[in-house]
Amino acid sequence: MFAFCEDPSSIDGLTWLACYLTTGKHFDFYWSFITVLTLLAITAPVALAFGFAGAVAARSQFLPLRLLGQGYVAMVRGVPDIVFFLFFVIALDQGIEWLVHQARCPDWTEPIRNGLEFRVCPEAKVPSSRAPQTLHQLYGFGLAVVTFAIVFGAFAANVLYGAMRAVPRAQIETGEAYGMTSGQTFRRILVPQMWVYALPGLSNLWMILIKATPLLFLLGVQDIVYWARELGGTKTSAYAYPHPDWRVWYFLGLLVFYLLMTAVSERVMARLSARLSHGQATLAGETQRKAGR
Amino acid sequence: MRNLILTTAALALASTAALAQDTVRMGTEGAYPPYNFINDNGQVDGFERELGDELCARAELTCEWVTNDWDSIIPNLQSGNYDTIIAGMSITEERDKVIDFTQDYYPPTASAYVAAAEDADLSGVIAAQTATIQAGYVAETGATLLEFATPDETIAAVRNGEADAVFADYDYLAPLVEESGGALMFVGDRVPLGGGVGMGLRESDTELRDKFNAAIDAMKADGSLNELLVKWFGEEVQTYPVDGGDSGK
Repeated sequence: MFAFCEDPSSIDGLTWLACYLTTGKHFDFYWSFITVLTLLAITAPVALAFGFAGAVAARSQFLPLRLLGQGYVAMVRGVPDIVFFLFFVIALDQGIEWLVHQARCPDWTEPIRNGLEFRVCPEAKVPSSRAPQTLHQLYGFGLAVVTFAIVFGAFAANVLYGAMRAVPRAQIETGEAYGMTSGQTFRRILVPQMWVYALPGLSNLWMILIKATPLLFLLGVQDIVYWARELGGTKTSAYAYPHPDWRVWYFLGLLVFYLLMTAVSERVMARLSARLSHGQATLAGETQRKAGR
Repeated sequence: MRNLILTTAALALASTAALAQDTVRMGTEGAYPPYNFINDNGQVDGFERELGDELCARAELTCEWVTNDWDSIIPNLQSGNYDTIIAGMSITEERDKVIDFTQDYYPPTASAYVAAAEDADLSGVIAAQTATIQAGYVAETGATLLEFATPDETIAAVRNGEADAVFADYDYLAPLVEESGGALMFVGDRVPLGGGVGMGLRESDTELRDKFNAAIDAMKADGSLNELLVKWFGEEVQTYPVDGGDSGK
């Protein structure tokens, strides 16, 4: 990056450090923070949507839908994350390729499953093997978002399901007394009031999601933990910047990052909670009313 | 005008022809210097990078490098995420049952123990990387096997006293011992393991395997493979006889 970094073996001290911290590899590391933040920003709302759909399905009057919702929640919550990430992603990836294969290569005669091998026709590869590596990475990232959303959606569904049941019956009854249909009470009374009950559970999930991002590496997405381990490991003179085992410093950096994330999240959650309690028939809402806010 | 259209059409055809040539995705670990590692620019580098690029050039293939965790490197080959494994993988009977190998491009070598003290107990706790021939060997010797996902962590385990010694490929260990300033040393005898290092491919990819085999043959015959071996592993490395013989097999 800097001109004086031409020959790393001839410099030392702070100059060396400045060059070291600005290598291409370190920029990959810095970028991975953005990858993780982007993943969180996309996954959280998608997971919430999955959770909402799951909760609505689980309390549906219609039996098949109810079974589907309850089955989704029970199954995904019961499978360890790591198993889910290893199995489901490969299954999803192969499932997509199988579908594309059926559409594009109807004349393909060779077996798709050949022992442990999975072979679709070259046109059905997703993404195409000719595609640039960035596209492959983007695809891996997409798979990660879907997988995270399904896993965390199941937990969110359970939280929202509980929250929906926690809204006092009297509130719904009032709505019914005004002649609202069940759909109207759901939209106008239940959903706006349930968030305050769901928030503690959802904030737990958010914290767990922040810390679950190292699972990304299982999906081939190189996240901050991967880079910290890779950069911190002992470097022999095969590398331009040899150094001993520095993992402890890199992981210390990650610790600061995660603590900052937690601190910011706590603050946002506290404000959100105060806001959602406003005018609610809860203890917090009652306290706010008495304080005249 | 017509000329212009014709030229454009010809160019378009030429570019599709270029695109139609298949890209071979080369899967490697990127954590095993000097075989393969990620250099300071974030690119795959090392003996296998240089060798792989040369093989691809000789076989007239377009190659792209992909890194993958060692643990899942075989399953991901089988499900088609990349087309070859070129990651210092020794040819063994067990692996040969699930994937195919080219001929070896690195002669059968020795593995060795490295410890922090001369009197290390080699039947005590021995660190090795998961799913390697070295891990298999340690399990057979009756020592307590301590497995790690990356080779770097096995060395760290010896440095911090978690393991009595690490058992790994000699050529991987040599630079680490040399540059440790006396903190690490070879102990015990070297153990010859494995049938040399080859490229792993899907069993159904026989055509690709033949192309790489031919390219490796050519590189063995003209001595360019030996040059690469010496460049990355030093003068001591075992090389191939240049007359085209195949002692490695």
